[in-house]
Amino acid sequence: MAHLDFALFNWDVVTGFILKGLYFSLFLTAVATLGGIFFGTLLALMRLSGKKWLDLPAAIYVNGMRSIPLVMVILGFFLLVPYVIGRPIGAEYSAIITFIAFEAAYFSEIMRAGIQSIPRGQVFAGQAVGMTYRQNMTLVILPQAFRNMLPVLLTQTIILFQDTSLVYAIGAYDLLKGFETAGKNMGRPVESYLLAAVLYFIICFALSYMVKQLHKKIAIIR
Amino acid sequence: MAWDWQVYCKDTVDGTAVPGCFGTGDSYTYLNWMLSAWGWTISVSLCALAVALVVGSIVGIVRTLPDKPWLVRLGNAWVELFRNIPLLVQIFLWYFVVPAMVPPMRDFPPFVLVVLALGLFTSARIAEQVRSGIQALPKGQRYAGMAMGFTTPQYYRYVILPMAYRIILPPLTSESMNIFKNSSVAFAVSIAELTQFYLQAGEETSRNMEIYLGVVALYVISALVINRIMAYIEKRARVPGFVAAGGAGGH
Repeated sequence: MAHLDFALFNWDVVTGFILKGLYFSLFLTAVATLGGIFFGTLLALMRLSGKKWLDLPAAIYVNGMRSIPLVMVILGFFLLVPYVIGRPIGAEYSAIITFIAFEAAYFSEIMRAGIQSIPRGQVFAGQAVGMTYRQNMTLVILPQAFRNMLPVLLTQTIILFQDTSLVYAIGAYDLLKGFETAGKNMGRPVESYLLAAVLYFIICFALSYMVKQLHKKIAIIR
Repeated sequence: MAWDWQVYCKDTVDGTAVPGCFGTGDSYTYLNWMLSAWGWTISVSLCALAVALVVGSIVGIVRTLPDKPWLVRLGNAWVELFRNIPLLVQIFLWYFVVPAMVPPMRDFPPFVLVVLALGLFTSARIAEQVRSGIQALPKGQRYAGMAMGFTTPQYYRYVILPMAYRIILPPLTSESMNIFKNSSVAFAVSIAELTQFYLQAGEETSRNMEIYLGVVALYVISALVINRIMAYIEKRARVPGFVAAGGAGGH
């Protein structure tokens, strides 16, 4: 049994290495969730539009993204984006673009299920009172779909937070990288990885507990 | 940007193109390397899948046992522990932390450690599916087994599990496909699998695009093959008149 020494992880180390990574991980999670839900909803609407020329590209995009490992998607965007915009970009920007694009595919499947869970009568009722397609979607269908899907969307956000650790592949400075750098600088990698695991566990466990409570609350109202 | 697919035919040492693309004898092309990397991806994934199925089934079953509150709690704790830590962090735990804490594990090859990490990570998800599959069955099935005088292992073996596994075959399919995708994370501890191959070969040849597309194609093929195999199993195991309920997968 090796001797563990956590004494080196004092407040200076936390502020010096770890907070910066934690901020980036949380920022990336928030941006990718909001962007992913926005573009994911658009993709879901494309797939449910009933028009082949909208449905097909969206289906190819979503299924393509879902069949490639996230690490390869991260590496692919890191390779591809500089070609497209003509100049190199930092790992952090690349990570943000990648996660929005990747999560849009997953959120679109959730939103598609959410929209399909709304009874057809709601659509007809909206049409009957003279709403346009746009009004019907934004005022009647989507609010209900979001509400139904809220627990699933939040669960996906927790998975997303865990997945942000994969930006390790392109060297972006996230929470895991923060712990790794601290561990290397302090010469205590074992304790550092252990603390990283504990922190990720606390955050994800607390969030999934909150989602469970929310689920119960929503279920009672319905 | 011009494509140069010749890169796969080049020798990995001197960079000259080998006729036929497959190196023979003392030459070893990037195509050879990529297929070997694919082999590593498949080995890691299948071994981890075996670990995940065995451990996941045990934990999942334990969580549904009647009158064993402590075993149920232990099972729940197992699932929460392995579900709430990112896979990459778990791989680092197995690779750096566990050998430091448990000296006999110092001599374990990295392959075994990665299989354990990926297998136990996935076992939590499979345990959750097994539990929900068992709980999706009507209570009467369990009581019927008890009324027949079966012991607990007997009614699990002959009554509950045969139906529960049929119910969870669709989510098990997506989980087996996930395991292939998740095996890519093993690049972080230098397992010579496809993602690691992309990083190294891309750097050596500067033909990242061609290498990238080849690697992605192999990942997609692997997922498709697994999907077809599971669909075949599902078809063969189907009980007439019984429609299995679907489930959601993650990534």
